[in-house]
Amino acid sequence: MTQTSPAPVSAHDEHVGEHLLEVRDLVMHFPIRGSGFLRRVVGQVQAVSGVSLDLDAGETLGVVGESGCGKSTTGRAILQLHTPTAGSVRWEGKELTELPKQEMQAVRRDLQIVFQDPYASLNPKMPVNDIIAEPLKVHGRYKDGGPARVKELLQLVGLNPEHGNRYPHEFSGGQRQRIGIARALALQPKALILDEPVSALDVSVQAGIINLLEDLQDEFGLAYVFIAHDLSVVRHISDRVAVMYLGKVVETGERDEIYRRPSHPYTQALLSAAPSANPEIEAKRERIILEGDVPSPADPPSGCRFRTRCWKAEEICATEEPELVDRGQGHPVACHFAEELLEVINPDDVTP
Amino acid sequence: MSMSDPAHPEDATTTPPLDAVDGRTSDELLRVEDLTVSFPTDDGLVQAVRGVSYSVREREVLGIVGESGSGKSVSSMALMGLLPKSARVTGSVYFRGRDVLQLREKHQRALRGSRIAMIFQDPMTALNPVYSIGDQLAEAVLSHHTMPRKKALDRAAEMLDMVGIPQARERLRNYPHEFSGGMRQRVMIAMAVINNPDIIIADEPTTALDVTVQAQILETLIEVKDAVNAAIIMITHDLGVIAGIADRTLVMYAGKPVEVAETGPMFANPRMPYTAGLMGSIPSLEDSTNERLRPIKGTPPSLISLPIGCAFEPRCPLSTAECLETEPPLTETDKPDHVAACHHWQKLAAVDDPTAYFRTESEVGR
Repeated sequence: MTQTSPAPVSAHDEHVGEHLLEVRDLVMHFPIRGSGFLRRVVGQVQAVSGVSLDLDAGETLGVVGESGCGKSTTGRAILQLHTPTAGSVRWEGKELTELPKQEMQAVRRDLQIVFQDPYASLNPKMPVNDIIAEPLKVHGRYKDGGPARVKELLQLVGLNPEHGNRYPHEFSGGQRQRIGIARALALQPKALILDEPVSALDVSVQAGIINLLEDLQDEFGLAYVFIAHDLSVVRHISDRVAVMYLGKVVETGERDEIYRRPSHPYTQALLSAAPSANPEIEAKRERIILEGDVPSPADPPSGCRFRTRCWKAEEICATEEPELVDRGQGHPVACHFAEELLEVINPDDVTP
Repeated sequence: MSMSDPAHPEDATTTPPLDAVDGRTSDELLRVEDLTVSFPTDDGLVQAVRGVSYSVREREVLGIVGESGSGKSVSSMALMGLLPKSARVTGSVYFRGRDVLQLREKHQRALRGSRIAMIFQDPMTALNPVYSIGDQLAEAVLSHHTMPRKKALDRAAEMLDMVGIPQARERLRNYPHEFSGGMRQRVMIAMAVINNPDIIIADEPTTALDVTVQAQILETLIEVKDAVNAAIIMITHDLGVIAGIADRTLVMYAGKPVEVAETGPMFANPRMPYTAGLMGSIPSLEDSTNERLRPIKGTPPSLISLPIGCAFEPRCPLSTAECLETEPPLTETDKPDHVAACHHWQKLAAVDDPTAYFRTESEVGR
């Protein structure tokens, strides 16, 4: 499963077309408009502020962070569902930000998305068969065994094919998410952007979906951008991980690098706050409890964006933004005071 | 809201509301006996809760874990008397010896929010958007105590301070939308403990929150619980949350408890295949083995047409003919205080890794 991975997310990589997907300095700002007649732009929500990522064929990049960190917006901006404010997104060497609409549709055949909210992403007036058949029809692949393919897809995601004429409201939230996954798989894409694909599912069902995603990856060589907040799921499924905070990648690297040697204070806090389903470990853990909430992305702090909640913050953090570079930790970290903290959640601490 | 059960009319008369003692042990705070809840629908009777019995001791944290539709929320709503009128509720809920379900609405209301408090998942819908936080907290006090409003507001500020909201006094004038999600949940906790309850029912209190905020809220909840000496019933689907805070855990499946034990022993040695299946479904946060997860095949049964035997039988790798015929009751297993509803718990006890029964074919083939 582990790929011989390229240099992880590096901000200034000028090689083109080496990776399946290359995101460089992606910026996504949303205007805040005033309430007056002219609806003048009075501010910017800086949802994504200069994110760079690479994705290779067949690998899984986990993008993890809390709500509002810009991980979902990044996913959508990659697919051009939001037009990025700045930056570049290259798919197989093609620059997507400048691609004509028609060519973009062809790209979407290979690069699909599964959305976070299964309630909002399925048309309530369409039976499930039609929902899953729609991408096949749009891309002219329905006539050739379409209905059989729809049945197969339903079965693949663990739904009863006989329920295909039912409407989305007749399914539970979890089942609806499976319908969304079936729809994304319909065109046998090369890469999937999975935006919190399992957060709506019960754990026993979630495990089945994760196994399914792994099977599909083994079978078809799919690449995943796996966007999630669940740290244990991300650890399980990812080859590489990027940790985001307030629109920026703060730390990235091979999965084990991040989980065994987290070096950014935010990663350390995040890992220490994640509940583990092991009472013995829970009983012994020292939690780093962060103060306060994430600042508003409309008015992010100067310098390092994490400094307002960071216990290591000093003057330099307010004036100088730390770059995402390797500071001797073996992987890029955006912190002036990056320091390895070995095994925040070390199972070896627990001697039975 | 009256839930007197026509099948047991004698309960209403033989259970005096104030001082009945039903052989409870000294530190037993709440005892639920054979609670059932069903909802008539066009498709048939939905048996959401099918005989739940458990007890909560003073100051303990009881975790109730289960997947969606397992009846964990409905059963706690029933003991608060918060279900819609269409719900049919039977059974008994003894709070300090008196059966809450037989109380008149007026008496029930006196318990709700004062002796038994509740924290809901979504603080935005649980708080009224058009009243200030101070008004709402003061109302919680004034509906149970007669005191000047100013004193109630003092109490409100004191509580906000206790749950870690800075400048509590000034923030009383704020409205719910001016608080972040985590802060709102702190307000909910403040409201729950403002009358020094004996028991707090927390229904997925951190599910809507981020992990770093969840850690803050759980810590606050435990601090506050200790400050007011309350017990907590923690309802969640998150086994990680349970592992961190629950003294004892009750696992629900298809409307019934299927395993009850102290949390540590249960997680280490589950005695019900469903619990083992849940354990096998969770990826580990602690190590990076590329082991396959071991999901439970299938989906929970429809609560309208349940199988005759064990409700978990269709999904269970250990099922036999016996499981098809009779539904196993909760019985004691190899350890005291560890009960499970399974005919074959010995099989789980006989192996080191009970989740191995849930190995998928692909894993066996590897």
